[in-house]
Parts: sequence; C-alpha cells; structure tokens
Amino acid sequence: MDIFDKYDTLAARRAQLLATGIDPFHLEIEDLAGPCEAVIAGRPTILLGTNNYLGVTFDPACIEAGVAALRRHGTGTTGSRIANGTYAGHRALEAELAAFMGRRAAIVFTTGYQANLATIGGLAGPKDTIFVDSDWHASIFDGCKLSGATVVRFRHNDPADLDRRLERNPTPDGCRLIVVEGLYSMFGDVARLAEIVEVKRRHGAFLLLDEAHSFGVFGARGRGVAEELGVEPEVDFIVGTFSKSLGGIGGFAVSDHPRFELLRVAARPYMFTASPGPATIASVRAALAQIVARPELRARLWENARTLHAGLVGLGFALAAPPGPILSIRLPDERTAVFAWKRLLEAGVYVNLALPPGTPGGACLLRCSVSAAHTAEQIRAVLDRFAELASALAPPVAAE
Amino acid sequence: MQPAMTTPDPDRLLAEVSELVARFAPPGAKLERSTELTADLSIDSVAAMDLVMEIEDRYGIDVPVNEIADLVTLGDLVDLVARQLGARG
Repeated sequence: MDIFDKYDTLAARRAQLLATGIDPFHLEIEDLAGPCEAVIAGRPTILLGTNNYLGVTFDPACIEAGVAALRRHGTGTTGSRIANGTYAGHRALEAELAAFMGRRAAIVFTTGYQANLATIGGLAGPKDTIFVDSDWHASIFDGCKLSGATVVRFRHNDPADLDRRLERNPTPDGCRLIVVEGLYSMFGDVARLAEIVEVKRRHGAFLLLDEAHSFGVFGARGRGVAEELGVEPEVDFIVGTFSKSLGGIGGFAVSDHPRFELLRVAARPYMFTASPGPATIASVRAALAQIVARPELRARLWENARTLHAGLVGLGFALAAPPGPILSIRLPDERTAVFAWKRLLEAGVYVNLALPPGTPGGACLLRCSVSAAHTAEQIRAVLDRFAELASALAPPVAAE
Repeated sequence: MQPAMTTPDPDRLLAEVSELVARFAPPGAKLERSTELTADLSIDSVAAMDLVMEIEDRYGIDVPVNEIADLVTLGDLVDLVARQLGARG
C-alpha cells in the first residue's frame, strides 16, 4: 500500500482536469500591471477573481508604507508573538483595528485561516457545542476540529433550523457558540443576521461572525455586515482577514469581552507561528487608513457590482445571489464549468472556477469578484467576453 | 420541539436510511449494511455531511460532525442513527 492511495478518487478527478490542458487550481500569473490586470499564458488578462475588493494592492500609500517598514525593520520577525515577534507595528495595528471596529480589543494573526483556527479553537473546548452554518469555510471547519467541541451544523442561513438545534442541544456543562459568515464566499449571499441574533439572544449563546469577505465592503464605515444590519452589539466576536479588502496577508479578531485577550496565551495558532512581517503590517495599516479616508472606494465597488450583475443577468446567466462583491454564476455541470472557465481565460478574463466538493450542494460555479479598481471599460470588456461565452454555451455545449 | 418518536426496529431503520442514502448514491447502487459509503457509493466527506443533515431532519436528531468521519459502511450510519435516537429517548 502506498501512503497516497487514500487520494485515488481525488487523483482521478485531478487527472481529468489536467487533461483539459491547463490546471485551473494552479494557474500561473506571469506578471501584474495593477490590481485588475495581469499577464497569464502570455496574454493580457483582466482579473475578475481576486477578492481584491477595494483594489488597494497597488495603492501608492500602501506600497510606500510597506517599503519603508521593510527597510527599517527587515524582512521578517522570525518569531512568534509570544517570543520576539511583537513589534510596535503589531500593537499599533491592533489598536487601530479595535478603534475602527468600535471594540475593546483586537488580536492580529499571521493568516486569515489562522484567525479562525485560533479564535474558534481557542474559544470553544471539549465541553462546549459549536453550531455552525453548513456552508462553512475550511478554516471554520478546522477551528471547530481543533477546539474538540461537539459540532452541530445547521442548514445554510436558516435561523429556524439553528433555533431547533439549539433547543435540542442545551449543553448544560458547557457554552454554546454560533459561527456564521457575513458574506458567504462561494454564492455571495449575506447572512440573515437580524434573525440569527434574535435566536442567539433567546438561547443565551455566543455568536462569532466571520467578516472575511464583508469587511471594508458592507456598512456605513465598512465594518461589515453586522454594521450594515445594525446588530453589532449582539455579535460577541468578529473575525476578519487582511487578504481581501486590506490587500495583504493576515487576519484579526475583535471583541468587547473583558477576557478576550486570554486567547493570546490559549490559542495555539496564535502562539506557535511567526508573526506577520513588518512590511505586511505597515501596508495593512495604510490600507485601513484608506478605508477610513476614502469611502468612495466602497461606492465604486458597489457601482461595479451592480453593473456587472445586471449585465450578466441580461445575458441569461443564472446568478447565485443579488448584486454584491461576489457574483457567482451557476453552470449545469463540471464539464460546462471547465469549458466556460477556459474559454473566458483564453479570451483574456480570469474568474475563479469553483467545483464540488469545494462548493455547497455540489454546485459548479464561475465565481467572479468585483473590485473598486475595475474601470468602466474593463467591466464593459468583461461583459463582451461573457456575451461571447453565452453564445458558445447556447445549444451545442449545453446539449452535449 | 420534535414530536415524540420511538426508535424504529433495525430492519425498518435500515430501509428508511437506505432510502435517504439512495438520493446521494449512483442510480441502482446496491444498498446493504456492508456497503461502503465512499468506496462503493462515491459519497465523499462533504456529501456525507449533507446526507446526515437529511437524516437529522427526518428524525429530528443532531449527529455531531465529529462522529461522521468515523462512518465507513451503511451499517455504521444506521447504528449511529439508532444511537442518537436512543440518546434522545
């Protein structure tokens, strides 16, 4: 027996995908000419699948801040936050995030994945029960596993189902933690938070909200879906990432809980990894300042999202959710999805290809993410390419 | 609240669970206690969680995710459902 035998099914599916002549999950970006333009397979390509919602990756202030920190404090911290890896910049970013989110404290993590791993894995323990939305991100799943808690899934975005499951699982010897996402990353739908907090309040549970995709995008100040829906005081813990609207890498969690900072000495994914490097911290601080100073970035993102959504619907594509930063097109099967993804790429448009088991309900998706940095011309060009795709998909391919 | 429900007899439970499993299995697949969910029916870990959710709704129970990973055969699944029904009383 070979140690990789357990992956035989996966290997067969991968081989099938590679037979199309390109690996959709390891696409090489040869060069970049801005937040929304790249060179892929030698072709100029419009990027429509980067989660770079506010387009700050090439913002001059963010770049300059990163370069200055790199020169002053070096390439990396080479240590964890609990050893030599806490610099003044880490502390400053935590203070700025707490102030921005209107919370008592913030903790910075090395990646967004680790933010969920550490926060969920640190908050919950073996005597607790976690109630988690069934469309959970892998980092939430892994955080739940790390915690050792009993994990109960409830139907996606279904407060009534959550209510039933809380009723059935009183957890007398432990606490109950509900985990949901503000904006779901595959379909782009928004959590029914107003009803979820009502259920949470009735059962006396804690609520953790992952605003990875909604931070910087929703709410009057860009704090996320909880701000947008006016339920911030009811959300006990918010987790976010630096790798989307903030254009870097890393993650954070904020809370008003007076004992929240105990996670610094209890959460293994915080304690046993090197802290984010100085350039990352500096560029993220500059990006956060941009979110505060330039609300027009959010306005532009939403304008682009509405234009693209209307255009795609007009072309007859089935969109998974109303207009938003994530626009996912449902296609009937894997073969059609791979064909469509490849055709768009060859026409100079990159979107994400999302296939089962990485998608809820076995959906095959072309997942587009919109940026404030997309120009009107780029959105028009993208819609032209989708119009060509719609013609190509019409009867022959769909019927095959 | 879920309606009170007594635990069905083992054969009936196997038949009922098999009916739900059939929705996730290739058409015409043979469903017996020894049938392996992944090897014989191509039900991967994600599909298994969705299948369990259907079972939870059918019986008004919660199967902790932690226990789904241990399932190998249809018989394991039926036994797990029986245990949860028994625990509920």
